[in-house]
Amino acid sequence: MPKPDSLQGSLDLLVLKILSRRPRLHGYAIMTAIQGMSGDVLRAEEGSLYPALHRMEEAGWIRAEWITKDTGRRARLYELTAAGKKQLAAEESRWLVVTAAVNRVLRMA
Amino acid sequence: MSWWSRIANLFRGERLSREIDEELQSHIEEAIEQGRDPAEARRAFGSALRLREESRDVRLVVWLESLRADAAFGWRQLMKSKMTSAAAILSLALGIGACTSAFRLIDALLLRPLPVSEPEQLHALARQYIGPEGKPQTYDSWAYPAFRLMRDAVKDQAELMAISYSDRTDVTYGPDAEMEKAYRQYVSGWMFNSFGLRPAAGRLFTESDDLKPGAHPYAVLSYDYWTSRFGRDPKVIGRTFRIGNDLYEIIGVGPERFTGTEPGTVIDIFIPTMMRPGVLRPDTAWMRTLARVKPGVALEPLRAKLDAISRAFEEDRAKGLGGIPKQLIDELLNQRLLLEPAAAGVSDLQNDYRTSLAALSVLVALVLLIACANVANLMAAQAAARAREMALRVSIGAGRGRLVQLVLLESAWLAFFAAALGGVFAWWAAPLVVNMINPPDSPPHLFLPADWRVLGFGLVLTVGVMLLFGLAPALRASAVKPVSALKGGEDPHSRRRLMHALIAVQTAFCFLVLFVAGLFVATFERLSNRPTGFSPQRVLTLETVTVSPQPPAFWDQVAEHLRAVPGVETVGLASSVLLGGYSWGNFISVNGAPPNGVLAYLLQASPGWTEALRIPFIDGRDFRLGDVYPGVAIVNQTFAQAYFNGEDPVGKPFEVVFSGGKRLRFECVGLVGDVTYRDIREPMLPQAYFPFDSVDAKGAPRPIGQGTFIVRTSGANPMALASILRREVPRARPEFRVSNIRTQTEINQSHTVRERLLARLAFFFGVVALLLAGVGLYGVLDYSVLQRRKEIGIRMALGAQAGDVARRVTGDVFSMVLVGAFAGLALGFASVRYIQALLYQVKPTDPRMLALPTLTILAAALLAALPAVIRAVRINPAEMLREE
Repeated sequence: MPKPDSLQGSLDLLVLKILSRRPRLHGYAIMTAIQGMSGDVLRAEEGSLYPALHRMEEAGWIRAEWITKDTGRRARLYELTAAGKKQLAAEESRWLVVTAAVNRVLRMA
Repeated sequence: MSWWSRIANLFRGERLSREIDEELQSHIEEAIEQGRDPAEARRAFGSALRLREESRDVRLVVWLESLRADAAFGWRQLMKSKMTSAAAILSLALGIGACTSAFRLIDALLLRPLPVSEPEQLHALARQYIGPEGKPQTYDSWAYPAFRLMRDAVKDQAELMAISYSDRTDVTYGPDAEMEKAYRQYVSGWMFNSFGLRPAAGRLFTESDDLKPGAHPYAVLSYDYWTSRFGRDPKVIGRTFRIGNDLYEIIGVGPERFTGTEPGTVIDIFIPTMMRPGVLRPDTAWMRTLARVKPGVALEPLRAKLDAISRAFEEDRAKGLGGIPKQLIDELLNQRLLLEPAAAGVSDLQNDYRTSLAALSVLVALVLLIACANVANLMAAQAAARAREMALRVSIGAGRGRLVQLVLLESAWLAFFAAALGGVFAWWAAPLVVNMINPPDSPPHLFLPADWRVLGFGLVLTVGVMLLFGLAPALRASAVKPVSALKGGEDPHSRRRLMHALIAVQTAFCFLVLFVAGLFVATFERLSNRPTGFSPQRVLTLETVTVSPQPPAFWDQVAEHLRAVPGVETVGLASSVLLGGYSWGNFISVNGAPPNGVLAYLLQASPGWTEALRIPFIDGRDFRLGDVYPGVAIVNQTFAQAYFNGEDPVGKPFEVVFSGGKRLRFECVGLVGDVTYRDIREPMLPQAYFPFDSVDAKGAPRPIGQGTFIVRTSGANPMALASILRREVPRARPEFRVSNIRTQTEINQSHTVRERLLARLAFFFGVVALLLAGVGLYGVLDYSVLQRRKEIGIRMALGAQAGDVARRVTGDVFSMVLVGAFAGLALGFASVRYIQALLYQVKPTDPRMLALPTLTILAAALLAALPAVIRAVRINPAEMLREE
């Protein structure tokens, strides 16, 4: 099981990507989505996810909104902003560049 | 650093961290819903949040814990300087206690609603007229017929009740010899019902007990009287007692706590108004009128309606008044009816002491403020000494709020102890003050319960006081700048500025207290030294009544018997005592001319009366046995002045004009010096004295039911003879009984009871204020020398003389004292008009009145400055500089 830190640098990308596919998710849904879509390989710990969410909100990439669910409990839903979409594209291409580079190194070594 | 605190640090603010909390909470719920183990879900969030979310009370616990720690620390600070703390507590306690006492008195006399249903609906009817000096004056006495007209006219809007002035009367339950005194009040039969009162025993009056004059010989006892006189014996219902010749039956007992409508007097016996002799006379105003105004009724139209009826009544009555100058009739008619709230009842004590109590409470409040200023200065000085400690606390992360809490808790300790001690003081002092209001024969009874009103006042006062003296030093302490404080001291002047301002305030208040105290003391002095024209020393007055009116010869016989008692010098007999509160005034006509509008005051007296009172004869002779009323008269100098243009009236006749135009002729046989007649404050009134022995129109002796023997004794203490004389009167004639014995001195002094009370209390608080201000001044000077000892040392090393040093040390403070004294003077002048009514022949602008507080304060300031100056001059520059 990878440590939370192994996601360092890629957590933002994952969150942005998931939110671009499925807007308006709450923190827990984002966490389970990361876990489910990665086939249980990747896992965002609460202690990393929420600071990341708040940081991205501060940066203006995502915005949050309080809703009241049918159960009467309030939940905070996140969605991508225009700046977030740009950031996603940038992060995605950076990721591709980096992973391609890493793959190249692995192949050549 | 945990991740949660990282977020919390990132997003400061209470609201935000609450939002984060909530979001995480909703996350956990979601997780549990999805089948995750609750404990595990929570554990994922680390310890900080777990603590927070396990209980919202956690924060409270933390705060309580800090409170406890600060309280303990404050306690240790207090104990470190026991003497100063004790002085602070003592002075605050005196202030708080005095203020609470004043509140207890004011509340009991003026504020506390009567224990009746809806007391706020109660109003009292009074009349206002323009007095002789152009000042509006009020009185609240009414004649029953006028009351009856008003009652009928406003029946739909208000219920009017007639309630007489209470009087102390002789009551007999058994044989005549066992006569006792009781407070009696005539009340309307429907009063109890209208007040919503229920009997504690028997029944109360109803309207049908108050219909026909003289037809309802019933009495209701008050609960207190029932308790003290009969030990709550239920068999008292149905018993009878006598007042004079009237027999009354006790039909019931009023409810507990109801003592009548006169705060200051506890009524013993209630009697229906119809039982009052002469109840329906239109020319005697003997009762108050209370109105219970129905809800929703506008007061002004009601007042106007009552006013119109009252005016019509007086106009009607004026038609029947012969021989009274027109200007007086106009004055009588030119009145305005007032309808004033009377939820707390109405009494003379209220009127007499309203302004006095207000003045006294202002004085004690000033004393409390002076004490507060002292303690604030003390705390500021301590805070200065602790600046480093505070700085240290700040630099290791203590918040401003926490420091305020720390210093305030120390203040709270002081305030708490002061309040406890002050409570004891108030518990003791309030009844003491009531006891100081002690006119002979009718000392006031005020209920002074220590209930939630008093406790609430004490609590608010304590918290207020604590904030007053604690908040400024607390805020100052918390605003400490660590860097400058740790480096060795911030700007030393900033703290002294606060102290100096407080010194000025203290001085101003102290000046005001001393100034007002001086006025009160001078008033009392002047009033008690006012010549009365007669000698009250060694004189006993024996108010005497008879079972039924007795012939004048019997009265003379008793007087003769008393003259033979050893220790008795002379005996006179009079219809009433001088300065006893009675007055009988009529107009005088000389040579058949119409009266000149000046009332003459009259008194009946026997031979020997002038001698017993040492009233000097200027011309003519004393009465002789055989002189009768009407016939001859002795008059005083003012009388001669008023009606005979100052000529000697001896041998000349005059007529007394009675209402209705009846005249009686008298011949002056003597001229005597002036004496005070009714009130010690009044100018000398024109007076005429007539023989005690009266004859009716046919010349037959008229029996007399009451009189007062004026006995001059040879011993220094006249009271020593009191019991003997009380016994001797019935021995002379069995029909005679002494109902009351007082010394004439006591009667004279009863006119200065209020002034004596004011003078004493104001003097006491003046001394306290001076003491506190002196101690405050001493403290501040001492502190400033301590703080500036380096500077002083340097100055002295550079050659400053002792005089320079003394001036430098005291200069600022003394200029503050002067500023304060001027402010106090201004305050004093501004406040004088509020207490003008309490002063007698004292001018606030009198230089002596100003010199007294000024000199006292200056002397106190010099005395207070002395130790600090000595300390400053004794500073050894070499040592001081070496210390650095």
